[in-house]
Amino acid sequence: MTATEQTLTGAPSPSGASPLTAQQLSRASRVGIATASVLIGLGINAVLGEVRWGWVVVIAAPTFVLLTYVASRLVEGQRRAVDRVAAATATMAFLVVMLPLISVLWTVISEGASRLDGTFLTGDLRLTPEDLMAQRDGVAAGGAYHAMMGTLIITGLAAAIAVPLGLFTAIYLVEYGKGRLARAITTMVDVMTGIPSIVAGLFAYALFILIFGPGSRTGIAGGVALSVLMTPVVVRSAEEMLKLVANELREASYALGVPKWKTIVKVVLPTAIAGILTGVTLAIARVIGETAPLLIAAGVAQSANYNPFDGRMTSLPVFTYYQYVQPGIPTEAGVARAWAAALVLVIIVAVLFTVARVLAWILKPAGLR
Amino acid sequence: MPSSTITRATVTRRGDRVFSGLSRGAGIAILVILAGVATFLFVEGRAGIFGDTEEMSGSDSFLQYVGPLVFGTVFAATLALLFAAPLAVAVALYISHYAPRRLAQTLGYIIDLLAAIPSVVFGIWGITVLAPLLTDNIYPWLNANLDFIPFFSGTVSTSGRSMLTAGLVLAVMILPIVTAISREVFLQTPRLHEEASLALGATRWEMIRQAVIPYGRSGVISGAMLGLGRALGETMAVAIILSPSDGYFWSVLTNQNSNTIASNIALKFPEAYGLDVNRLIATGLVLFAITFVVNALARRIANAGFSGADG
Repeated sequence: MTATEQTLTGAPSPSGASPLTAQQLSRASRVGIATASVLIGLGINAVLGEVRWGWVVVIAAPTFVLLTYVASRLVEGQRRAVDRVAAATATMAFLVVMLPLISVLWTVISEGASRLDGTFLTGDLRLTPEDLMAQRDGVAAGGAYHAMMGTLIITGLAAAIAVPLGLFTAIYLVEYGKGRLARAITTMVDVMTGIPSIVAGLFAYALFILIFGPGSRTGIAGGVALSVLMTPVVVRSAEEMLKLVANELREASYALGVPKWKTIVKVVLPTAIAGILTGVTLAIARVIGETAPLLIAAGVAQSANYNPFDGRMTSLPVFTYYQYVQPGIPTEAGVARAWAAALVLVIIVAVLFTVARVLAWILKPAGLR
Repeated sequence: MPSSTITRATVTRRGDRVFSGLSRGAGIAILVILAGVATFLFVEGRAGIFGDTEEMSGSDSFLQYVGPLVFGTVFAATLALLFAAPLAVAVALYISHYAPRRLAQTLGYIIDLLAAIPSVVFGIWGITVLAPLLTDNIYPWLNANLDFIPFFSGTVSTSGRSMLTAGLVLAVMILPIVTAISREVFLQTPRLHEEASLALGATRWEMIRQAVIPYGRSGVISGAMLGLGRALGETMAVAIILSPSDGYFWSVLTNQNSNTIASNIALKFPEAYGLDVNRLIATGLVLFAITFVVNALARRIANAGFSGADG
């Protein structure tokens, strides 16, 4: 056949189209299909009444898939048509998932930015009668300083417990552990990963009412609750990183007569430090937004409490929750504070994420950069 | 200098002992903490299960109290998984096999960012943005046209505080973890399997069906189970969105919904006193048991089918 000959010789066909591309949907026709889909979406909207862009997209997307299938079926055949539909569907799935992310970020920024002011960053919720009057007139009052301090203290405590515990456990699993104890620990770290956050809060509450008496809610209880959630994350990431350290490095160190513990401290840990710090940062990012365990274990207060061993301590997520569900009068003031606190939380998480990436890059041994 | 060598040797041995003791101690501490979680929940929860129900508000027995909550928990989590799993697999395929190579890592990072947004933020977003959107556009239509299906019957909630809204928000929240695990296994498909398939003339989609999906199936299932575990324990989003009632409700559009265990604890714990506190802790123990079983199943599937898919 001529097509085969042409393929073998590589000669252009008389019509100018290569046989390898002749039976493919051209870029122009794909753009055409996309345009037609949007027009159909617009048309249906216009016929039914007003044009709403949300619905235009909702109609245009499946139309695009359908038209692509039909066109491809006619030009390229059944198998290629299915392939194109699969590609279009996967791409659309990704775009669909982007929608809530963009919507959440947009809402938090647009609703929260207005109240992210000096009063918010320095004030607390002990509102004076003047504040309440001002608030009624729409003037900004009240802030989340106490909640930010609470988040700082509680997360700090959680990290102070979880980082050494998690790091040493990872060292045990990678450098020392063999046999049943190591296997049991690995399994239990898995189980710990799956503990629902509110259960961790209940555990810390149940533990600390034995120490501080019934009904007690303290910062340290919140810290312990978060450390239960944080430890397995630290163990997992540190374990991964320690495993990546080449065995030759350890053996070289032993061969020079360096004891095992010094090998770990001076050779293994410095090599893995980038990954470990990244893991710790991500673990902090994971627990800093936890609401439920702190609601149970640390409670809520109206002003700053710097003592984690005495009295309730508000954190930013709990502040957000209460300002939203119990906004006070007028409602808008509390809700605005809730959004501002949500914005602060999202900023903190985004910063931690970026820090984790930058750390990973900076601390990487120079040769691997 | 022979003498200094000897002293150094003794010092190092002590250092070794201390260090290995420390790390072994940390490992054992983890076992102790986990045992502590179970023990403390049981000790404090026992009175809530076996205690005098006269002194508690509501239900006659613990089973009667926890039943609707277990139903609500499983219902909400299943709904979430139903929405999230297919989407997550498609997104994972997109990132691993369709997106431009250079973009793939960044796209994965963006999905991870979704996982980092605090649940309380998802909660207030769900109730202020998503719920009105759905009640204005989708729910009345579902109710009007599909009300012969029990799920869509009843009076549509005007505020959108329904099971379907909660399930959708949960779906968004568990999507990242299911996507991340699926993406990981898809990327581990042996290059040679893929190339062999393509060399035989398969299109990209046929290659995915022949090589990638069979290889990653157990990994995807275990990822979905881990996502289910997340959804079961998710608290704040449900607590903020759902309008709870007592009892079993199948309809997903109304104001009457079975609450979830976690959300029920979050809503009632701050004001609870006496034996009610113990009963709430006991429901927490039940939740712990459910998530434990689901996660154990996920691990078993991962280990049985595919050795490299360790979440």
